[in-house]
Amino acid sequence: MRIRLEPRPEPSRLAGWLSPLAAAAATLVVGFLLFSALGKNPWQAFHVFFVKPVATLYGLGELLLKAGPLMLCAVGLAAGYRANVWNIGAEGQLTMGAIFGGGVALAFHDSTSPLVLPAMIVAGALGGMAWAAVPAFLRTRFNANEILVSLMLVYVATYTLSLLVHGPWRDPEGFNFPQSKLFNDVALLPNLLPETRLNRGFLLALAAIAAGWVFMSKSLVGYQMRVAGLAPAAANYAGISATRTVWFGMLAGGACAGLAGVNEIAGPLGQLQPSVSPGYGFAAIIVAFVGRLHPLGILFASLLMSLLYLGGESAQMGLALPSAVTGLFQGALLFFLLASDVFINYRLRVLRSPRSPSASGRSPLPRAGR
Amino acid sequence: MDHIAELLVLTLAAGTPLVFAALGELVTEKSGVLNLGVEGMMLVGAVAAFAVAATTRNPWLGVAAGMLAGAALSLVFAVITLSLMANQVASGLALSLFGVGLSAFVGLPYVSIVIDGLKPLSISGLSDLPLVGKLLFGHNPLVYLSFLLFVAIQWFLYRTRPGLVVRAVGESPQSAHAIGYPVVRIRYLAVLFGGACSGLGGAYLAVAYTPLWVEGMTAGRGWIALALVVFATWKPWRVLAGAYLFGGVTLAQFQAQALGVEMPSQVLSMLPYLATIVVLALISRDAITIRLNAPASLGKPFHPGS
Repeated sequence: MRIRLEPRPEPSRLAGWLSPLAAAAATLVVGFLLFSALGKNPWQAFHVFFVKPVATLYGLGELLLKAGPLMLCAVGLAAGYRANVWNIGAEGQLTMGAIFGGGVALAFHDSTSPLVLPAMIVAGALGGMAWAAVPAFLRTRFNANEILVSLMLVYVATYTLSLLVHGPWRDPEGFNFPQSKLFNDVALLPNLLPETRLNRGFLLALAAIAAGWVFMSKSLVGYQMRVAGLAPAAANYAGISATRTVWFGMLAGGACAGLAGVNEIAGPLGQLQPSVSPGYGFAAIIVAFVGRLHPLGILFASLLMSLLYLGGESAQMGLALPSAVTGLFQGALLFFLLASDVFINYRLRVLRSPRSPSASGRSPLPRAGR
Repeated sequence: MDHIAELLVLTLAAGTPLVFAALGELVTEKSGVLNLGVEGMMLVGAVAAFAVAATTRNPWLGVAAGMLAGAALSLVFAVITLSLMANQVASGLALSLFGVGLSAFVGLPYVSIVIDGLKPLSISGLSDLPLVGKLLFGHNPLVYLSFLLFVAIQWFLYRTRPGLVVRAVGESPQSAHAIGYPVVRIRYLAVLFGGACSGLGGAYLAVAYTPLWVEGMTAGRGWIALALVVFATWKPWRVLAGAYLFGGVTLAQFQAQALGVEMPSQVLSMLPYLATIVVLALISRDAITIRLNAPASLGKPFHPGS
């Protein structure tokens, strides 16, 4: 008896829907085992990790606050991933968006004009796009792998931010801490839900989800990107420009990540600091995959990922577990998703070993004379 | 003169983690598998090596543990991509993210611990020779191991039959399968070897180069190693050259300060990453060369039935 993976004649849609759920379930099981192995009561740990963080209105606000940047980044990334444009540098583009937006805020620090915030948002999007333009250019002109270039630029962006907040942009009245001046009120996003930290940036994230859905399913360029990803040769033959696909994929990701960066500094942070993101850019990659590269899926996946973030913080306080457990869960979730995705294109077949002639009483070979 | 010798020794030492990781990844890619999880495997190797070295007070046991840890993580990747036929790019990314998270988690108790790492050799008499002394006899034992690894891989891939089979599997798995070679098993072994080497690279960092553990201490070297394999057009001696080149750039941070160059430290820290981008762009520009030298089946899943 052997178990074999057999290609399906056509991809299974049911498996496509079930796979993220199966992956989430498997991650929970791993969590269960992990908590037990660490000597904690697994049910209590579950409660602390998954239930407690969202049990209050403030908690719900935090959930949406963290889901916002994840949604933004993931929608942008998914546009590219569908076209096989692998933007891995969203974290760097987010940082650049924060730098550009923060630059505008600091430049107009003494202004009370209501135009400051919109200007910051535009600047942030442009900053992210500019940072994503580098891998796009190098890929289209020099055939350089965009995964590696965009990733290298994450490190460059982080060092640039560090340079700025330690040096020219450091708050002179900040007791020498590496942080910029606190932005004044016109440069901050207004609150959305009283009693929580949720701000209007979340609306931007929802708008991005809607825009992503419209773009992917209704627009010509979105269609072309999907074709380019599914059948590059056919796309080329149909005249869909591969160059434009790469540029669009990268710039979409960069713009969205840049927006997420501005949201962070104009929202919960209120200033520029050496670190403006707890790894949202990388978590968004996972969100994009778990959400099946579809805006609606991304919406739910970002809520799940946000819960994992909050759970990690909650576990740190309530269970004395390290917050690094969040990264562990995130990676495990992606692994399980990739494993269960297999069943979309392949199915399990249990093969019985070939029967011996004596057992069936019939010879498999044609008998002479017949 | 002695200063130059000193610099060369430091350059070799700085490039060695890249040598380990990139040579391992080269073997993996030669068999047709693209494993982007090098960063994760290096970090897992580093934390395992440090933890075992700290607990057993034996750095060599730590090195062995690092190799095992890297191989173990690569096994997960191998199962998902070779047996379950998942997308290699996404799986490699998942491996990296998971490895980063896992190493941060496991390494927490070891953050401020100090161990007796592996120190560079110091053979009385030989090491004190002017110029050649340090250059030939003053390296860290693992650096000598990296030289051996290079020689072994170069010999294995280009002078032995099993090496030829590995390369054949990378160029045309269908043909190799038709001839009767166990393509999937060979790829498994190649991936495990690459994982062990990446783990070794991480172990070198945590037990020899800077005997400590910090979260994310590889600082992107795993990704640079991936770029190196492309930069080297999949030839082992070019991997070596590229690794030492990057080792030199990494050193520039410290040397620039010593030479009194007035540049903010962050700019100097950026140099290895910027250099990687520039080098990658220059090498990839010639798409024909890349296509000629890259293993033809790189990144494509292999299904025996098709």
